[in-house]
This record gives sequence, C-alpha cells and structure tokens, in this order.
Amino acid sequence: MNGRIDRSIDLGPYVAAPDDGMIICRCEEVTKGEIRRAVHDGMFTITEIRRYLRTGMGLCQGQTCARLVKQIVAKELDVSPDVLEDAVARAPFRPVPMRVLANEAEGRTR
Amino acid sequence: MQQSEVLIIGGGVIGCATAYYLSKRGLSVTVIEKKQIGEGGSSRNGGGVRQSGRDPRELPIAMYAVEHLWPSLSDELEMDVEYYKKGNLRLAKTDAHLKILQGLTDRATALGLDVRMIGADEVKAINPYLSDEVIGASWCPTDGHANPMLTTLAYYRKARRQGVRFITGESAQRIVKQKGRAVAVVTDYDTYYAERILVAAGFESNDLLASVGLFVPMNRILLEALVTEAQPKMFEQMLGTAEADFYGHQSTHGSFVFGGSSGIDAYTSDFDRPVTQGMTAPSICRGIMGYFPVLADAKIVRTWAGWIDECADHVPVISNVDEVPGLTVACAFTGHGFGISPAVGQILTSLMTNETPMVNIDALRYDRFKAKI
Ligand SMILES: Cc1cc2nc3c(=O)[nH]c(=O)nc-3n(C[C@H](O)[C@H](O)[C@H](O)COP(=O)(O)OP(=O)(O)OC[C@H]3O[C@@H](n4cnc5c(N)ncnc54)[C@H](O)[C@@H]3O)c2cc1C
Repeated sequence: MNGRIDRSIDLGPYVAAPDDGMIICRCEEVTKGEIRRAVHDGMFTITEIRRYLRTGMGLCQGQTCARLVKQIVAKELDVSPDVLEDAVARAPFRPVPMRVLANEAEGRTR
Repeated sequence: MQQSEVLIIGGGVIGCATAYYLSKRGLSVTVIEKKQIGEGGSSRNGGGVRQSGRDPRELPIAMYAVEHLWPSLSDELEMDVEYYKKGNLRLAKTDAHLKILQGLTDRATALGLDVRMIGADEVKAINPYLSDEVIGASWCPTDGHANPMLTTLAYYRKARRQGVRFITGESAQRIVKQKGRAVAVVTDYDTYYAERILVAAGFESNDLLASVGLFVPMNRILLEALVTEAQPKMFEQMLGTAEADFYGHQSTHGSFVFGGSSGIDAYTSDFDRPVTQGMTAPSICRGIMGYFPVLADAKIVRTWAGWIDECADHVPVISNVDEVPGLTVACAFTGHGFGISPAVGQILTSLMTNETPMVNIDALRYDRFKAKI
C-alpha cells in the first residue's frame, strides 16, 4: 500500500546531481534526472512515474529497472523503498506476436 | 477538520481537470483520491477523442472540446498530451456494416457534425495499411486521440502547481448535510468542509451519493485494452469498425493501443480490481488482424483492464443537485468520458461558480431517470 499521501508536502527544490544523465530504464531510455524531476512534478507513486515517463513500459516490462526506479523515487521522497507499492505486472509475461496470441483457441485463427 | 472553497472526490481526469479550471479562477480546491491519481478508467482508456457515434445529448460537449479545448491543451498545461486531430475511420467489410455506418452518419450529420461515408479507394488513400476486404467507412475528419495517462497527469501537475491540494490514499465515506446543504465530506482520516462539493468518483460515486439519498443508475462494466511494441510510424487516425470488434490508434511512442472486449467479459468479472481475462486479448487480436493483416507480427507487450460506469441511458450525469445545495455530481460517463473531459472540467467549473455553462447540459441532470411505467 502506498498509504495516505499529501501531495503538497515540501520536497525542497530540485537540485541537479552529477549522475542525473544516467540511463535507468534502458528499454524506454529514461534517465535518473527525469525520474527525480518527475517526483518534484508530483508523481509520488511508482505507477504514476511509469505513466508519466514510461519507465518499465518497454519490452522487459521493468524487470531490469523496477528496483532502481523505486530506490530513486524513495530517496527523493525521503521514505523507505518498502513503502512504495510496485507497479502491477501485466500479461503477457513476455512480448507475444499478435498472430500467436490470436491463436489461443482451436479454429479461431485468421 | 480541513477547509477549502471546493472539495472534489475522485482524482480521475474529471476531478483533475475540474480542479485545474477552478484553481485557475483563483478558488481554493482540495482533491481526495482513494488510491492514486488516474487509478480508474482515466489511465486505462483507449484515448479516443471522438464526436462521431455520440448521443445527441452528449455530442455538443464533445464538439466543444474538439473545437475549443483539445487543440491548445498541451500549451495550456505545459505538457505534451499527444493530441492528434487527424480523423476517425469507422470501417466496413460488408453491406450490413455499411448500413450500420450510414445510420450513424445520418444521425450525426443531422446534428451538424462533419462526418460522411467514403468508398474503398478513399479509405485506402487515408490509410494504405488496411486489408483489401474493407469496402468503405464513415469518416469524421475532426475526430482524433490523445494520451490519457499524460492528459490526466498534466491536469494534475498544473493544478498542483496552481496550489490545489491533492491527497491520495484517502477514501471519502459520506457527505455531511447541515440545514439541507452539503457542507462537508467525512473520510477515513478527517472531515473536509467546503462551500461546494463535487463527486467525480466514477462508478463508486453511488457509495457517496447514497449518504444523501441519491442514486445514479449505472453498472460497473469491464473493458480491456492492449499495446504493441513500437512500430514504424504508420498512420495518425483513430480507428473503429462498424461492429466495434476493436478500436485504436498508433501512439506518439510508436506502439499501437487497441481496445475491445470478448463480448462476455463484462459478465464474468467480479474481482475487487479490474483484471484481464484469457480470452479477451486474443479476441481483440483477431479483430485487429482482420482489418490490419500487416500487424500480425507486431508483439503484444501488455494488456490491461478497466471499469467503465455505464449509465442506464448511456450518457453521463453532469449536474448540480437541487435538493442538496452545494453538491455537484459528474459520473456515469459510460466509456466515453475521456474525450469530453476538458469541456466537462469547464462545465463543472461554471456549475460550481453559479455561471451558465457554455454548453447546454439540461439533458444530463441527475433526476432524469424515471420508472418505465
Ligand atoms: C478500457 C477503457 C477504454 C476506454 N476508452 C475510452 C475512449 O477511447 N475515449 C473516451 O472518451 N473514454 C474512454 N473510456 C472511458 C474513460 O476512461 C472514462 O469515462 C473517464 O476516464 C472517466 O473519468 P473519471 O474521472 O470520471 O473516472 P475515474 O478515472 O474512474 O476516476 C474516479 C476516481 O475516483 C476515485 N474514487 C472512487 N471512490 C472514491 C472515494 N470514496 N473516495 C475517494 N476517491 C474515490 C477512484 O479511485 C478513481 O481514481 C474508456 C474506459 C476504459 C476502462
């Protein structure tokens, strides 16, 4: 659970950091600085960050970067990563071509 | 105890847009959202910004949004909401399909919308990637699509910058009346006083309205959507079919977002979260491949589900409540609340500041529902 969050709490100003240019989500090429800035723009949950920046929306579905994103967001909010709820995992587990997915029932192909 | 001029229940696109327009007028606004910003349909929808196919009672709102608000929304909110006004094709493969589309087209043109029937050649000229089985379409050149996740978050971001107080993870439980007037909302955390209260909580609006004896006849219905990996840029229109097998568009990102249903999913889902079902995405894929054989090898990356608040008469309730001064309701959008959301935000702002809305909404009152006999 993300719990109750007042979105007007003062996070202090956004201060640029030397490693802000580091790519965190490789599939969608999202940098650490973009994630940090998103928090200052009010995106306080992992799902909001994801919908705002596309972190974890690429081919690996966040299997590579989810933990890193969480750490960055938690640090910016000054909370423990444990209090941040993960984004919901979505089917299919791996990307599946449309013609294969369409073939789930016998006799129902095109 | 907390206090603001306006209190909004629900942090979906309707609640966030209204918070934005109210705060732009200088009002103090608090928004209470049970889960997170855009938790409901607002982040899960297909992004359609369509006028064609809309009911006469709702069409003027859609037309107002397309003409006056969507084109400048990215500038206004200082964020690209990925709006495309590149038209909507509703596709036909059979004479029966053409007949359905002709009916829709006749009804829409009678209401002043620019929509017309076009033949196979013109369809192909607009979208060369379609199957040769397509024999015609209805074409509304001013329809389009936008990114729902970004639109909702853009309204939220700008409203927050303008000083709106958003609280998430807090659930509104009942409306408090004093001398007949709605004066506050009790949550699981505190009591929030306000001069005006807006309930924009999707299908769950009834839970709150019940506390003042109101009820909007609507059902929670599950819809699904899916997204492909990024593809080379192919086309910019919004698409649908005569039989509503699927609808969708290609996003700025390059991925295709398609929505649809298996036809029976609405009757088989009873979870506390909207979850996808095994048979739905394959059914949508078969629908897409029937019109876009070129996409057969595109990989599906993600599928998701969302609930719509389907009204008994398929148009929303957007209304002040006469019996409970101070209370305003906006719900029952029936699966097409995203496209009209900028206009709805402005209409609600007018309603809550005692002005006449720029579009007549008398047909969308809360008390229009009558027993059949
Ligand atoms: C799969 C799908 C596809 C769709 N496609 C389209 C489309 O192409 N075009 C289009 O125009 N529309 C589409 N829609 C419909 C559109 O998404 C909705 O009409 C629109 O998002 C409604 O916005 P809303 O703010 O009213 O509701 P929601 O986004 O559902 O927001 C309501 C919010 O209220 C919160 N809430 C509920 N109860 C409480 C409480 N007690 N206290 C505090 N908060 C509470 C919820 O958590 C939720 O965040 C689609 C919907 C779905 C599900």
